[in-house]
Order: sequence, then structure tokens, then C-alpha cells
Amino acid sequence: MATYSTNEFKSGLKIMLDGDPYAIVENEFVKPGKGQAFNRVKVRNLKTGRTIERTFKSGDTAEGADVMDVEMQYLYNDGEFWHFMDQQSFEQISADANAVGDSGKWMKENDICQITLWNGVPLTVNPPNFIVAKIVETDPGLKGDTSGGGGKPATLETGAVVRVPLFVQTGEVVKVDTRTGEYVSRVKE
Amino acid sequence: MAIDTDAWRPSAPLAHLRLRAELLNRTRAFFAARGVLEVDTPALSCAGATDPHLASFDTVYHGPGPRHGQRLYLHTSPEFPMKRLLAAGSGCIWQLAKVFRDGEAGRRHNPEFSLLEWYRVGFDHRRLMDEVAELVTALLADRRALGEPERLSYAGAFVRHCGFDPHRAGVRTLRAVCRERGIEPPPGMPEDARDPWLDLLLTHLIEPELGRGRLTFVYDYPASQAALARLRPGDPPLGERFELYLEGVELANGFHELGDADEQRARFGAERAARAVAGLADVPADEALLQALAAGLPACAGVALGFDRLLMLAAGAGSLAAVMSFPIDRA
Repeated sequence: MATYSTNEFKSGLKIMLDGDPYAIVENEFVKPGKGQAFNRVKVRNLKTGRTIERTFKSGDTAEGADVMDVEMQYLYNDGEFWHFMDQQSFEQISADANAVGDSGKWMKENDICQITLWNGVPLTVNPPNFIVAKIVETDPGLKGDTSGGGGKPATLETGAVVRVPLFVQTGEVVKVDTRTGEYVSRVKE
Repeated sequence: MAIDTDAWRPSAPLAHLRLRAELLNRTRAFFAARGVLEVDTPALSCAGATDPHLASFDTVYHGPGPRHGQRLYLHTSPEFPMKRLLAAGSGCIWQLAKVFRDGEAGRRHNPEFSLLEWYRVGFDHRRLMDEVAELVTALLADRRALGEPERLSYAGAFVRHCGFDPHRAGVRTLRAVCRERGIEPPPGMPEDARDPWLDLLLTHLIEPELGRGRLTFVYDYPASQAALARLRPGDPPLGERFELYLEGVELANGFHELGDADEQRARFGAERAARAVAGLADVPADEALLQALAAGLPACAGVALGFDRLLMLAAGAGSLAAVMSFPIDRA
């Protein structure tokens, strides 16, 4: 993998620190009136999502991290692993619970997900921004209430629980924003 | 990749370019009223900056004359030719010079910038600090309300913000303070040299606190950081150097100027040796400066002030790009 000088640092660059892959969030060049210059960088750990600050002596180098984002189709979950397929090469890979994390509750078969690969292995999995899924369970709610105020919890076929308006019933299909976890609309099938 | 169709435009609003012109006019009037002569010295020199922490741009001259085929360096400050003028009897002098420093870019750095540099014959660094405060206060008068200027020794700044004496603490102490204050030391910090550790603590913990609402002068630097300042004997000996800060921004660096040619030659030699150890390109020392010092530099103090940074503070801006017409990424 390439190495990068502090002069090449910019936000988004992926580098290795203490054996983990990080993305540079912010890079600031600081120098006292006379003396040693430093680069103060904020970096986000791509495994944990935690952001920390590190300092480099200006001109020093860091090893690049072999990290790339790919789009893959979600196939199925075998109970332990989530399986995905590259739609061009039909190559399949599997991601463990660490990589899928909270995204698991949004995983719907055949949806296109964004996967961050580190050395070819899934590091994080992101669902599409919007999914369309069937409600498998929700309270019947009050007949004739169309105000939408308040709402009620509903369990989706993917496992996620979202708040939906009172008039939405079990068996209906809804569109949900996975970034906020909010109900968007009903979808006619 | 999308082409930025606005990249031809200046990064600074026109109001800030007018502010630059206005502050320059007032600077010129300030020095004229005090009988300080405006001078102009070359940006190209056959000598470069030997300081291992400064990187000179260089180029090669092709043309008639004795400099044909010679490597020339763009100055990192006009200090050496100005001292030659002083030794030649110019009296007090000033200039606003475009200077060049390779490898320096960021919110508060641009590889090409304007340095306001002046020398006062018969002044020491303390008296020059007074004059710097007068000029900066006058230039910011209608833009920033400032409290009384503050003077803080280098040791005092470390005691106040880090709780230890920087002239006595060893590397082990400095490393411990970094850990305590949550600074992860950069890879490759030396075990046997204190200055990089002091610089790390200065940039991370002290500088951001300096000059809050008023000018803060830091003075009396460790001998190892005296640069071109005289050393005052004592325990420890101290460099008669000062720095000015406002709102955490380093604005100026001044010296009670070293006039001893032998001492200057020794410092050039030490810097070139340090460059060699660090694997940096050798840079020829300025022999003309050494001759001028040998001929006799009048006792004087000098200071270099970052004019673009001053503008940035006058404009209430957060980066140099807001006050420069075309910073390096648009140059």
C-alpha cells in the first residue's frame, strides 16, 4: 500500500494507525514562530466510528489503508453471516455481525447496500437510504383516525421497529428512511 | 472531476482587499512619522535560510553576469540584506516584503506571504515590543477593542499553562505532560532533544490561549531557540527574542539582534550540521551578512510581522484565504 506524506493529507484520505484503518476528518498545519511544524489531524476509526486527534511531525508519512466503498446486493442471512453479491462479477462475500452492526435490522433481500471493504473484507455495511418493507405487526389502532398525530410502533419484516401513523395496518407496505428510522409513506403494491 | 468555474476569482472579498490597502497606507504613515526609512531588498539571494525548520524555494539563473548558472534562493525573510544596509549606515529601516517558505500551507500559512519587517537602531527587544504594540494597536484601533498589552516570559507561559519550568524539565517530564494533557506524541519524537517537545506543547496547549482580548508578548526564549537573537548570560542564559500573539495567532517575531560575526558563523554552522543530520539539503550560509557583521552592525532590535495575519485579525476572518487575493491553491 502507498504511504502518504503529511503534505498529502486531506479529509477523506484513509490511513493506518495502530493497526486500524482511519479516515482523515480534518487536517491542520501548525507551526510555532520558529521551530518544529506539526500536522494536527482528526481521524475517524473506520471500525468503531470513534473520532480521535493525532499529531504528526510535518513531512513524516503514514501508511495508506486499503479501504474502498462498493455497492453489493444483499442475498440472505444464514444465522451467523450476512451474504452479499457483486452484481457485475457475481462474486459473493459474507459480513459478520461486527461489520453489519445496527444495519442488520434494515437488511431486505435483493436491496443494494453500500459496503466498506478493508483488505477485501467487509468493515461496515450500510443499508440503502430508503427501504420499502411490509409491516408484520402493529396494533390495530382506532378506525377513522387519520390525523397522524401520535403514531404507534410497527415491526417491519426486516426486524426494525418504526413509528407509523395510526391508520397504517399490519400487512401494509411502507417506505422508511434508514438514516433517521422515520416512516415516509405507505406504498401500494 | 468537476471543474471549479469560480477558481479564477479572488478568495478574499473586495472589502478585505481595500482594508489591506488602507492598513498599508497607515503603516507607511506610522514609519514616516518616526523617521524610519522604507527600503527594498532583493527577493533572490545566493544564500538561503540555514534554519532546519525553514525550507527555501530555489531556482537557477540563466543570463549574463557573474551569477550565470548559479542556484539562487527566494528569501524566507529580508533580514540579511536589511542588516547589510544597517551595517552600511542606513539608520532605522522598514519594508513590506513578499517572502517565500516551501512546505507551509494551511489556515494560517501560505507559502508566499507579506512580511512587515523593521529595524530600530539603539533599541533593545523590550523597547521594540513597545513600538510593535503601538503599531498593532493603531492599525486595529477602529476594528478590535484590545485590553492592555501583556508581557509573559517563555518560562512564565509554560508555568501558567502547563505547570512546569521549560528551562529545567527533561524529555521524560515533557513526555509525561503530553500524556497527562491527552496529547498523543507524534511518531519519531527524539529522546535526547527537548525543543521539539517544547514546540509540541507550545502549539497544542499554550499558543491557543495567548493574546485573548489583548496583545501578549512572549519573551526570553531558551538559548537553543534564540535564532538570530543575542544571548543574555545567566543561569540559564536566555535568547533576547520575543513573539507577539493575538487571539492565539502568532503575529510577530523579534530579536535584540546578534551582532557578533563569529557567533553568527557558529550558529550557521550548527544549523547546517542539523540539516545534514535531518537529511535536509545543504544551504549556503550568507557570507555577505557575516562580512557586514564583521564590519559592524549598530546595536539594534528588529522584528518581522505577518501582515496577512494582522489583516485576518483586523477583518475578523478565520483564515488567510479571506484576506489574500489568490492563495496558493488559486495562484
